[in-house]
Amino acid sequence: MSKLIRLTIQRQDARESHPYAQTFEIEHKPQMNVISCLQDIAARPVTVAGEQTTPVAWDCNCLEEVCGACTMVINGRVRQACTALVDNLLKEQATIDLKPMSKFPVVRDLFVDRSRMFAALKKVRAWIDVDTYGYLGEGPKVEPSVADRRYELSCCMTCGCCMDVCPQVNDGSDFIGPQAIGQAALFNMHPTGAMSADQRLEALMGPGGITDCGNAQNCVKACPKEVPLTWAIGKTGRDTTVHAIRRWFVK
Amino acid sequence: MAKQRVVIVGGGLAGLSAAMKLAEDEVSVDLISMVPVKRSHSVCAQGGINCCNKFTRSQGDTEWNHFDDTAYGGEFLNNQPPIKEMCDWAPKIIDLADRLGVPFNRSPEGNLAVRRFGGTLYKRTIYAGASTGQQLLYALDEQVRRWETEGRITTYEFWEFLGPIIDDQGVCRGCVAQDMFSLEIRAFPADAVILATGGCGLIFGKSTMSMVCTGGASARAYQAGANYANGEFVQVHPTAIPGADKLRLISEAARGEAGRVWVPRKPGDTRHPNQIPEPERLYFLEEKYPTYKNLVPRDIATREIFAMCRAGYSVDPATYAVYLDLTERATGIKREVLEHKLGAILEIYEKFVGTDPLDEPMKIFPAVHYSMGGLWVDFEADPKTGGLRLDSPRNQQTSIPGLYAIGEADYQYHGANRLGANSLLSCIFAGLMIGPGIRSWLKTVPGGGAAAAASSLFEAAVSKHKDATHQLVNRAGTENPYLIHRELGALMTRNCTVVRVNADLKTTLGELDVLHERWRRSALSDKGQWTNQNLSFTRALGDMLIVAKVIASGALDRDECRGAHYKPEFEIPAPTATEPDELKRQATEWCARYFEQNRKWLKTTLARHTASGPQLSYEPVDVSLLPPRPRTYGVRGADIIEKIWKQQYAGKPMASAGEASPRAALAAN
Repeated sequence: MSKLIRLTIQRQDARESHPYAQTFEIEHKPQMNVISCLQDIAARPVTVAGEQTTPVAWDCNCLEEVCGACTMVINGRVRQACTALVDNLLKEQATIDLKPMSKFPVVRDLFVDRSRMFAALKKVRAWIDVDTYGYLGEGPKVEPSVADRRYELSCCMTCGCCMDVCPQVNDGSDFIGPQAIGQAALFNMHPTGAMSADQRLEALMGPGGITDCGNAQNCVKACPKEVPLTWAIGKTGRDTTVHAIRRWFVK
Repeated sequence: MAKQRVVIVGGGLAGLSAAMKLAEDEVSVDLISMVPVKRSHSVCAQGGINCCNKFTRSQGDTEWNHFDDTAYGGEFLNNQPPIKEMCDWAPKIIDLADRLGVPFNRSPEGNLAVRRFGGTLYKRTIYAGASTGQQLLYALDEQVRRWETEGRITTYEFWEFLGPIIDDQGVCRGCVAQDMFSLEIRAFPADAVILATGGCGLIFGKSTMSMVCTGGASARAYQAGANYANGEFVQVHPTAIPGADKLRLISEAARGEAGRVWVPRKPGDTRHPNQIPEPERLYFLEEKYPTYKNLVPRDIATREIFAMCRAGYSVDPATYAVYLDLTERATGIKREVLEHKLGAILEIYEKFVGTDPLDEPMKIFPAVHYSMGGLWVDFEADPKTGGLRLDSPRNQQTSIPGLYAIGEADYQYHGANRLGANSLLSCIFAGLMIGPGIRSWLKTVPGGGAAAAASSLFEAAVSKHKDATHQLVNRAGTENPYLIHRELGALMTRNCTVVRVNADLKTTLGELDVLHERWRRSALSDKGQWTNQNLSFTRALGDMLIVAKVIASGALDRDECRGAHYKPEFEIPAPTATEPDELKRQATEWCARYFEQNRKWLKTTLARHTASGPQLSYEPVDVSLLPPRPRTYGVRGADIIEKIWKQQYAGKPMASAGEASPRAALAAN
């Protein structure tokens, strides 16, 4: 008889309905991660109490921690379900505990609505305003050290871990969150992006902007991709200050 | 006249590049995707994107070499004008990506850094760490977001394409899609629909592909009458790591940066790989392919790994595995250098396997990775350039007028085997290139376009899909769709991947019919009307079964070995004689048989959907620019074949005169 593993999953049938817990038992397999547990439950959606239920809804796509979709709270810590290996989770606690992310509206079960993060990318104008997609020759030369720092920032997969752990992101605040500040820094560091840096800095000034950061530094610890978020917040904070002073003189 | 609209389905590299290009040209776009486009499968591409740029040029490379490598890598099954055009555009595409801010690795001078990839002798792969696909996708996603704020693109994320809307003239007038949360089904009238919906790896159960890569959208277009081409050509990547839920890719870039593939010379050697001294290691690719070494194309590397494992050399008793060695001992390259160039894949290996690949060799396994086949699409060659007429509305058009396909969803660019780092290129190229052709189509769209179509056309289409969905949700039955999917995956992986045998393929087709019948008796465990993932999965499973039959029947009928399609029963035995005259005789015979094989099989497989399964026909491949030649990759002993081929067959026309071309017939209509 193979080993059984036990999971307690927070269910929620719809956006406005109340959450409840269900416990499942599935067979242990080698190389198991949380995704494969949820797949096994979908194939046989029966609780330990013997109750027939529906498959758990959850968001996922690449399963190799590069798309950012499968973020959830696993054993009390926000992370991706694909890289959460069962054998490691069982060392943390005997029953694996799955809950949806805490700072986003639940759509169903473990599936949350992170559209505010994509809206934030629009707000900070996280793109390069090229003149045309037609052929204009090579791009600007970029110093290798700048390219390397930009690469680190550009590995942000909009997964939401940084938002979930940030004390300033809550129901009573409009704080845009660490991710969007990191992306503003990414584009402000590009030779062409720098030409419109002021617009991104303006977007980060005022309510919900960079000054709402409480410097808890949870974001950088929670980031699965080690995006230098606190570095980006520090740099962008200094840049907004300089921008504000300059704007004050120009007025 | 109402404003014309284009619907793009799928927001990976192909779909996004088409969307931003059309938006720039003031065409209104509806972009439909099952996932937020930033989470599309293109993020999984790791190693890089090919182009001949100023750096590779200084090493003697040219666009023509890139074209030659692509044709030779695909064993000449790819139509040549489209790939010629793609390789010519490659440097410009990289320059655009660079202008869009993609953080490519840089040389000390600030230029784009390059590395080598499989199937070429040139370092022409541009890269951003080991997550090039992610970085390119993000740059395009950002541009699409920019056009969204200007109102030129409307994005429908978490919407699923259910099928094209085709009028009684056979022209596509839009599509039907379903909101994956509310389950609302509605029509999207459009003057052109572009499918950029990726590959179909989930047919094989576990693959390197993402969970949306069911091939469902292509299958729906196929069932609506679009031809499917070269379905039997499925790339199995030589280096992946296993998991309970999927197989994870370890990029070819690992070998491009000097990673070496080996097994212990003594089969079943139980020593830790680090304890096995150099002379007791068998670097089998390097020994057999002295020119390309570890960078032979993927189909060859995969077959060689399989052959070694079947001969008892697997380093894992439970499965087929070999070592991929990136340690300094094997490569002579310092840890910091590889960390900088390959960081993302090293991290993934360590996260999933638990060991550091720079400390000890990785254990790697082959895995289904890419669909070379896909929806058949047209092209119009430009005789002046040998490439394409860029404003032709025929480029990328499926056999249904007004319905287009680009990216991995089409079959056009990779022939019998795709070269590493050509997929990102083919996706962005087709996405940008389709812009002018779509605009030409919009100018001449027959019957006044979607705006002039009767509303009953759209209502009928919606009602058909509503009925089908209602039926599926309420179906009674005892079969479990998830278990059928596992059986499908195991069946297809066993019989339709690296080695194919006709007897097994026949059994497979029979078993697919049984699975399909069982699918019809499968019931949903969730009959709810909110975010019903069970519904989406079960519907896609029915589509996977349809495409699985296309793959298996194409493989059964194609009695030859070509690229990824390998049938030992029809392999032309390599010359083995040591006596020179006999060797020459064997090589001459080899060439004669290869020429005959090309004459018979250098053709595109076309599958047409019928109620009783796929109906196959064949059309000639456009080899107008480069005559086919034996694809040896300098394997030991092949010099004599190449010599005789050059003397006797170089430039000899293949097709018999007067052979009818369905492509020409289509164009004439």
